[in-house]
Amino acid sequence: MKIKSEKDFWSGIMFMVVGISFAVGATNYSMGTGARPGPGYFPLILSTILAILGAIILFKSLTIETEGGDRIGSIAWRPLLVIVSAIVIFGAMLPRLGLFITVPVLIVIVSFAGDEFKWRGVLIAAAALTVFSWLIFVVGLSLTIPLWPTFIQ
Amino acid sequence: MDLITNLALGFGVAFTFQNLLYAFAGCLLGTLIGVLPGLGPVATIAMLLPSIYGLDATPALIMLAGIYYGAQYGGSTTAILINVPGESSAVVTAIDGYQMARQGRAGAALAAAGLGSFFAGCVGTIVIAAFAPPLTELAFKFGPQEYFSLMVLGLIGAVVLASGSLLKAISMIILGLTLAQINTDVISGTARYSFDIPELTDGINFVVIAMGVFGFGEIIANLGQPPEHREVFTKEVKGLWPTRQDFQQAWPSVLRGTALGSLLGVLPGGGALLSSFASYTMEKKLAGASGRFGKGDIRGVAGPESANNAGAQTSFIPMLTLGIPPNAVMALMVGAMTIKGIQPGPQVMTSNPQLFWGLIASMWVGNLMLVILNLPLIGIWIKLLTVPYRFLFPAITLFCCIGVYTLNNNNFDVYMTAMFAVIGYLFYKLGCEGAPLLLGFILGPMMEENLRRSLLLARGDWSTFVVRPLSAGLLIAAALMIVVVMLPSVKKKREVAFVED
Repeated sequence: MKIKSEKDFWSGIMFMVVGISFAVGATNYSMGTGARPGPGYFPLILSTILAILGAIILFKSLTIETEGGDRIGSIAWRPLLVIVSAIVIFGAMLPRLGLFITVPVLIVIVSFAGDEFKWRGVLIAAAALTVFSWLIFVVGLSLTIPLWPTFIQ
Repeated sequence: MDLITNLALGFGVAFTFQNLLYAFAGCLLGTLIGVLPGLGPVATIAMLLPSIYGLDATPALIMLAGIYYGAQYGGSTTAILINVPGESSAVVTAIDGYQMARQGRAGAALAAAGLGSFFAGCVGTIVIAAFAPPLTELAFKFGPQEYFSLMVLGLIGAVVLASGSLLKAISMIILGLTLAQINTDVISGTARYSFDIPELTDGINFVVIAMGVFGFGEIIANLGQPPEHREVFTKEVKGLWPTRQDFQQAWPSVLRGTALGSLLGVLPGGGALLSSFASYTMEKKLAGASGRFGKGDIRGVAGPESANNAGAQTSFIPMLTLGIPPNAVMALMVGAMTIKGIQPGPQVMTSNPQLFWGLIASMWVGNLMLVILNLPLIGIWIKLLTVPYRFLFPAITLFCCIGVYTLNNNNFDVYMTAMFAVIGYLFYKLGCEGAPLLLGFILGPMMEENLRRSLLLARGDWSTFVVRPLSAGLLIAAALMIVVVMLPSVKKKREVAFVED
């Protein structure tokens, strides 16, 4: 069997996996009766439809010819990993170390996702954005964001 | 006349100092993100949602609305000057607008886009004011069955009229609806799919999904592409005023574009993007052999630009009157109303007339501000175009992160967003669109509630959806839409229409 459309093949798999897992999950909740639907009723219907649609997409991807095989192409690992880990680090740091340490760290890490990295520009951007976000979010919008590490306060 | 008194009330609200200020802020931000490619209104509005906690509902919604229609103005500037549509709805503007810029007529193109948009915006505002009340009346006759059918129609319409694979788009809707099932069941109080994580029992916040998929997912996708070569026409922008001949050619297109956009904006799935595509196709057909489309025809700028602005305005109608969002931006507006404790739906007009009419009037005010912002001040925006993406994406990442954290002052939301960033990039790679997912996610709880109430009322009899004439009509309309799109001749045309996307 040859995959005719790579994108659709994996989309179909994705929809099927999600559909089947939610359907299995739905069996843990009461279905209720037709006249008095329980909490598992709607999720089971939805996930079943999703799994069926996924199967149709999968079937089509194996049978219908597409131009150039509809390739997924190379994955941008560097931006993907850098950005995602920067977000996670931000989430871990902000409540503990505060805005004035977390923001510059985030900017420096995130900047590695691009093709060009120049320390000078990155540091200036980090400083400017730290002051800017403090002014906008803390002073301007008075949101409660920790500013300094918890052990200092 | 009711219309006049209502509008008077609206303008009274819109012209308070605070609301003018927020309308201006929204328009300014909208133009900014419109000009900057790689940051759309969905991500921006999602980013700003936490900050509206501290605001009243009216100024908050006025600002968010300003971002949406402001982005339509800004998007055309980028399209005309650097051939990169700042907004997806400006894709067709780039075709002829950029050619005009290359011939040294960038000023005329910008003026046609700006003035056309302003005219369309004014008409759009009046259309909303005129059509919202009767639709609201109709909506009060709706029972849960009608609401369920209406949501089916809305969701189907949203994908039928949009671009891309229909089957995958419908799957994305269902996926969105399914993800919305992660919550605590309203009726029985059962926590569903929460894996004993307390944060999940309240459900995933829609901002988390919007930001992950539309904000971060797009940043990763943008960075994965080779750096584009940009040619900016900065010096040639002079002679903003179009010539008499330009005027004569452009105004019928503006009228047609406005009419078409106003009509298409109301349809589910309509709005700015669809309107501009449809208008370009129509202008090209009407001009026939006399047209110089693709080589710098002013009609190819004036028509679509008017249409996308009219469409952006009138897409507020289903959101304001029925509480049904026709596109992703409106879905976020529905979310914003919920944050402010306003249940979206037909009762908004009677329970919050200040908000309802103030928002509508602010759109006209905002359009006026936008003409001033965009035409005389065009030089400032041109300078912005030269800001490289490597300075932009760290800032966008930062604002998204802070926005998500401040939703609940909880870093769990930040981790969830990181997960949806990966999922968003996966969607991008697999050619699955994020907008239907967001629509499904927002409508999920409402749909379930109405479905279960309908079944309860009908004692479990599913035929209740087709026995009631109004509900049956809505379902038939939804089915017809799918059938029509599946017809081979229409299918081919649909593919051609979106080929430039």
